[in-house]
Amino acid sequence: MPTRTVPPVAVFKARGLTKIYHVAETTVEALRGVDLDLYAGECVVMLGPSGSGKSTLLNILGGLDVPTSGVVHFRDHDLTAEDDDALTLYRREHVGFVFQFYNLIPSLTARENVALVTDIAANPMAAEEALALVGLAERMDHFPSQLSGGEQQRVAIARAVAKRPDVLLCDEPTGALDVRTGVLVMDVIDRVNRELGTTTAIITHNASISRMADRVVHLSDGRVTQVESNLQRCSARELVW
Amino acid sequence: MRTLRRKLLRDLMLLRGQSVAICLVMACGVGTYVMSLSTLHSLRHAQFTYYEQYGFADVFAHLKRAPDSMARRLAEIPGVAAVQTRVIAEVTLDVAGLDEPASGRLVSLGRTSEALNRVFLRRGRLPLERGVDEALVNEAFAEAHALRPGDTVTAVINGRRRALRVVGIALSPEYVYAIRSGEFLPDNRRFAVFWLPHVQLSAAYDMEGAFNDVTVALAPGASEAEVIRRVDQLLDRYGGSGAYGRSEQLSNKFVSNELTQLRAMALVTPAIFLSVTAFLLHIVFHRLIGAQREQIAVLKAFGYTRWEIGGYYLQLAALLLTVGSALGTGLGAWLGHALTELYTQFFRFPVFDYLLSVDVVATATAITGGAGLMGVWTAVRQAMLLPPAEAMRPEPPAAYRPTIVERMGWARRLPLAVRWILRQWERQPARTALSWIGVALATSVMVLGSFVEDAIDYVIDFQYFLAQRQDVTVTFVEPASSNSIHDLRRLPGVQLVEPFRSVPVRIHFGHNARRLGLLGLDPNQRLFRLMDARERRLDLPPEGLVISAKLAEVLGAGVGDMLTVEVLDGRRPTRQVVVAALLDDFTDPAAYMRLDALHRMLWEGPTVSGAFLAIDTRYKPELYRQLKGTPRVAGVSMKSSVLQTFRSTLAENLTRMRLFNIVFASVIACGVVYNSARISLAERSRDLATLRVLGFTRTEVSRILLGEFALLTMAAIPLGLYLGYGFAWLMTFALDTETQRFPLVVLPRTYGYAALVTIIAGAASALTVRRRLDRLDLIAVLKAHD
Ligand SMILES: Nc1ncnc2c1ncn2[C@@H]1O[C@H](COP(=O)(O)OP(=O)(O)O)[C@@H](O)[C@H]1O
Ligand SMILES: [Mg+2]
Repeated sequence: MPTRTVPPVAVFKARGLTKIYHVAETTVEALRGVDLDLYAGECVVMLGPSGSGKSTLLNILGGLDVPTSGVVHFRDHDLTAEDDDALTLYRREHVGFVFQFYNLIPSLTARENVALVTDIAANPMAAEEALALVGLAERMDHFPSQLSGGEQQRVAIARAVAKRPDVLLCDEPTGALDVRTGVLVMDVIDRVNRELGTTTAIITHNASISRMADRVVHLSDGRVTQVESNLQRCSARELVW
Repeated sequence: MRTLRRKLLRDLMLLRGQSVAICLVMACGVGTYVMSLSTLHSLRHAQFTYYEQYGFADVFAHLKRAPDSMARRLAEIPGVAAVQTRVIAEVTLDVAGLDEPASGRLVSLGRTSEALNRVFLRRGRLPLERGVDEALVNEAFAEAHALRPGDTVTAVINGRRRALRVVGIALSPEYVYAIRSGEFLPDNRRFAVFWLPHVQLSAAYDMEGAFNDVTVALAPGASEAEVIRRVDQLLDRYGGSGAYGRSEQLSNKFVSNELTQLRAMALVTPAIFLSVTAFLLHIVFHRLIGAQREQIAVLKAFGYTRWEIGGYYLQLAALLLTVGSALGTGLGAWLGHALTELYTQFFRFPVFDYLLSVDVVATATAITGGAGLMGVWTAVRQAMLLPPAEAMRPEPPAAYRPTIVERMGWARRLPLAVRWILRQWERQPARTALSWIGVALATSVMVLGSFVEDAIDYVIDFQYFLAQRQDVTVTFVEPASSNSIHDLRRLPGVQLVEPFRSVPVRIHFGHNARRLGLLGLDPNQRLFRLMDARERRLDLPPEGLVISAKLAEVLGAGVGDMLTVEVLDGRRPTRQVVVAALLDDFTDPAAYMRLDALHRMLWEGPTVSGAFLAIDTRYKPELYRQLKGTPRVAGVSMKSSVLQTFRSTLAENLTRMRLFNIVFASVIACGVVYNSARISLAERSRDLATLRVLGFTRTEVSRILLGEFALLTMAAIPLGLYLGYGFAWLMTFALDTETQRFPLVVLPRTYGYAALVTIIAGAASALTVRRRLDRLDLIAVLKAHD
């Protein structure tokens, strides 16, 4: 990694991850043995066709789900050995999520949606600060229904970063957005990654987004097929898709 | 957590209609409980303190005449703490403004130390020993005739008409509920108690130095049965008619019976109301959590713990529960106060405070809390266990199949809307069943709310129009020869006279015994007929006893068993008589025999105690006037006046209590139905909005939703009526006491009313839902993912 001088520290170490879903009589192998490391401060984009297991992998990294077999280490914690309470604590302390459908609480304003998370965080930034960071200082008291999709997603990002998480996990954050709005959202994520040094993983099927990543992980059919490193990481504003 | 709390308030605002409905339903459950129990406690407390402070006796006995010296002998019985001897006489009264004669009881006052059965002087003063015919009168009668100190009432005392001058209005623990013996309803206009100085009364009845009534207070720990036995032994020679305890003292028996029934009402109705509330909370929370599963998942994804999320919903529930039970307590206290006040019209206590004890409120709150939490617990648990990754995924498209109805082929002509509804139901049978049961429960509480009135109406009808059809009952001072019957026949307007012989007896079987009046009847009676609960006429067998089924039950006897009948009057023989038949009836246990068999049993000629009369009402005033002037007549009881009194007092109470219950039940019904409608709107709004986007009109869309709801309501009503019948059946068990039983009668009007309220509630709910449907924000519904 040319931009960094220190040797990379692995934040996540996943080895031999499998995930099998049982649906009626059939089984679906969502992951079939994934090995992956994520390094501190890097921005990783996960690419792959629909159904390739991206969300499954991200959910396991984020402690929302557990693998059928294999191990995941977050720093010194073995996430696969932890129970629900420990995983909850892990998510609470370390993880910020951004979802495709924003998933804001409709009965709370933008500011309150962020405050919902800062309320339970150890060292959060002010909700106002987080919203300013995503350029929504003016819309803080609006309800989700009064915001556009892109604005809602930026609130969701503010919500994810306000607690200063160690990792930011985004599952198709622009999936429901148009190009221009998508760029705006990616720019926010990019800035958070650069300015706060948050380890970031972004799922997308939009290959052009991968240009803003340090590394690109390709998934197909439940396996990691390829990992590329970007020599030249460009900023989100320069993306074209 | 502050923000979560804010969400709580916002959610409540969004759900305000439903929240208000839930709170009201809960308030009704708690309200009935607080109302009934606080009334019960107030009455019990009043009864207890009254008995305590005014020395209500424990054992009572009447006799012909005993010398005063016997009082000491009685006091020497082990276990007797105090003895009061009195003279008591039954008289006929001539009251100004009353056509018919009234009955009075004269009670002597001011002898011994007055430790027992002390009167409470409400107004005026005590009669003077040397005053002339001065008397106290009981409050209920005084009120019925607006009597004030200084007024007079004419009484036929020992054959002579004398004007009793009222000097004071009084109450006594012996007459909390002043009722003539052998009667089933009180008649305050036609039954009075007067207290006269002992010297005066004993002089009037040639009872100087003697007494004909004794009451006894027991020492702590004394055996009532043993004291009764010893009292009977001592009084046997003096014509004692059998001592008895408080449980057979008329006033106390009625008050206790009323309290038992009130207690049953206080337990059964609120229990059912509260279960319905819990059920409603259960449904609402299940649906609420179902609708919020994505929100829950987000909270979890960001590290809210299971307990924080569970706590959130429990707080929501607790808030509703608190508001509901606070409202209910207020309401219950208010109505309880009103009800307690109503009771003072026929229960006479010197002070009658409304008590709302902390434990009633605490229990009500605990029960509601418990019921509510039970209702929300499973739903909340579901929220706590929801795996976040799972919930984040949009719900997979529902797997629809043609319904059974369609597969069977004959439903192809059903309109699309109906098919859509049926498919929804078949796909989610559990949800549908819950909504169905919810609305059915709403209907059932309505049935329960009005059932008691049906039962009472039925009993009154049965008792006074089917079984005891006489217009007038005349009782003689002493058992008389059958000539007196002929005299009665000659009175104006009398159409039919049927004699009866009534004799006080104590019936024993094994270790059990009951005192009652054994009634000898002519086998061909047309007025007073023995009817069982199935409205079948029972013919008196030539020999043997017909007894109330309830009496058989308390004695432990059955048909064919030999009972020991101890006659407590006249020559006082004791006989073995076989039980020939049982009579299923609704009132105080009774025993009947054929008149001739009774005469044989008593070793007496054809004497009668009185007669039942059918009269031509046109001659009523004249008949009354003549009866008033007949010294042999001790009492006259008029069906019409009994019923009139009943309607103006007891029935009014019951009606009001029923009204409270009906209002409660209606509120519950509306609350449940409204919630069901709102829930189905919430669940369907996405689909309906999609249909609207696809070009369906408002009317078409609302036809689907409201059609579903209408179908559900219609399907729920029969189940609800059936459940209501079941609840009524439970209630008859709870209300079953020795002195009163309620038949399981639910009139069509009650079913009709229950169905009607459900339909009205359904229509009103449908209207509000329809208004919401019209304002359905298509974009928002489709955009919002939760
Ligand atoms: N809860 C589940 N139950 C059954 N199958 C699932 C579940 N979650 C995911 N799958 C299946 O696992 C595979 C991978 O899914 P996912 O990780 O969501 O893919 P991606 O995010 O790459 O589109 C898919 O075939 C999907 O249908
Ligand atoms: Mg996915």
